[in-house]
Amino acid sequence: MRRSKLIYIFFLPGTLLYLFLFIYPSLTGLYYSFTDWDGLSPSYRFVGTDNYVRLSEDIVFRKAFVNNLKFMLFVVAAQTLISLLLALRLAGNTKVNVALRSLYFIPTIISSVAVGFIWTFVYDPTQGALNLMFAKAGLPNLAQNWLGNMNMAIFSVAAVQAWAHIGQMVILFVAGIQAIPKELLESAKLDGGSRLQIFTKIMWPLLAPAAAIVVSYTTIQSFKAFDLVFTMTGGGPAYSTEILTTFIYSSAFTNYSFGLASAGSVVFLVLISVITFLQFRVLRTDRITY
Amino acid sequence: MWIRIAGWGLLAVFAVIILGPLLLVLSTSFKTTPQFITDPLGIPPSLSFHNYITIFQGQQMWRYISNSAIVTGSSVFIELVISGMIAYGITRLGRLTSTVVFGFFALGMMIPSQVNIIPIYLLVNRLGWNNSLSGLTAVTVAMLIPLSVFMLTGFMRTLPKEMMEAASIDGAGEWRLLTQIAVPLCAPFFAATAAFLFVIVWNDLLFPMLLVNGSDKLTLPLAMLRFRGEYVTDYPMLLTGVTIATIPMVIMFVFLQRYFISGTLAGAVKG
Repeated sequence: MRRSKLIYIFFLPGTLLYLFLFIYPSLTGLYYSFTDWDGLSPSYRFVGTDNYVRLSEDIVFRKAFVNNLKFMLFVVAAQTLISLLLALRLAGNTKVNVALRSLYFIPTIISSVAVGFIWTFVYDPTQGALNLMFAKAGLPNLAQNWLGNMNMAIFSVAAVQAWAHIGQMVILFVAGIQAIPKELLESAKLDGGSRLQIFTKIMWPLLAPAAAIVVSYTTIQSFKAFDLVFTMTGGGPAYSTEILTTFIYSSAFTNYSFGLASAGSVVFLVLISVITFLQFRVLRTDRITY
Repeated sequence: MWIRIAGWGLLAVFAVIILGPLLLVLSTSFKTTPQFITDPLGIPPSLSFHNYITIFQGQQMWRYISNSAIVTGSSVFIELVISGMIAYGITRLGRLTSTVVFGFFALGMMIPSQVNIIPIYLLVNRLGWNNSLSGLTAVTVAMLIPLSVFMLTGFMRTLPKEMMEAASIDGAGEWRLLTQIAVPLCAPFFAATAAFLFVIVWNDLLFPMLLVNGSDKLTLPLAMLRFRGEYVTDYPMLLTGVTIATIPMVIMFVFLQRYFISGTLAGAVKG
């Protein structure tokens, strides 16, 4: 079919904007990472890989990296397991199931600042619902300073991240389950397969692509998390909830080390790219179609 | 039998875990502070609208809501127009070119927005666009181009080619093909993309926090942060603020859930 020149004009506004406000900043960010700029002074020096060396020795950065891994592992495990369980129960398109799927989705559309405040309230050591409920249930020993305890805080925030996105993952798993041909499941049932057998032998292998999507989406989501940590703990107490994104933000805008923060961004970018690349590989080999 | 009971149990437990905190927030917003202190968990003894009245009187709440609405509405609209044109263009290019061009735009999805905060902050300041809603809109649109192009191209590739060819033979130019065939056929796809983007922009904290600071330019998430500073220990007040900021989204979701959900399905395949 003939293509008129007009088609190239369609690309113009988007490409200009994308180059100017996305690609160009990404490249200058790379450049700043090799300078000692504080973001304020008129002049700065080129310092080579100094920032990267400093970063590798920075205790807070290392801590942020480890915390990010803990955060990610907790979120991926909790979110994947729970949403799979819920999706298995909610896969049928009955009215109740459809309504519940929507209800569970609601936290996903609420701003993470609001979610952060809601859970800061629930976690409050003295007035919060969680500790009050433990007290009422006669289990006061389970009460915690959820966000103030250095060993606990990162998992408390991770649980909220999972809470907020479980509904979204249920939707993805339900789509995966519904894509499994009904005849397969029915014939397995006729042949006398138990529920467990049907799940492990037939559903799970066919669900693997959906699970791959959920796991990789969740991994990237939890690496990119920022708002929740920023509003709930601000990285504290004593850096115990500092993650890479909050580290980048505070090195730049609290400590005014734009060079160091830029180096942090570059490392963060490399990490995300590796994860994304692996995800593309996994998804491509599995070739999912809904 | 047991499996069925366990299934209902699971749903009940998660209904409490997921909806419980939301209902608690709603009920707390109708309590006065003394009522809250005597009984933090109980249902409010009487519906007090005191907190709502205070917020709408004292704060510039309408201003924040309208700022959020302006930024979100214009960003999503502009995004759909420019990314829609790109996505359509990609489906009309030759095989190799379309792969390259698509890759060029999709590449941006690898770059998380946190990576760009420093250069964007500096660039916007240098241009004098800081503390302006249009500057924020421009940056937001640019950041979301990769995701929107990805989603819309995925959708548009499913359109039957024959239709376009027939119209083209009948003498329709690219502009007519786009506006009179591709867009109407893709309307539900645009709606799904719009819903997905809407959630992202309405809830965004990072770029508003970097780019606006004047109290007349705050968006809702920023206003909530500032509001917490004022009412740090007053949960009924704080949670009323949360309720006010959240209700518009929930209402919108109730009416358009289909699009929110299909947008998620399309966007999540590559987040």
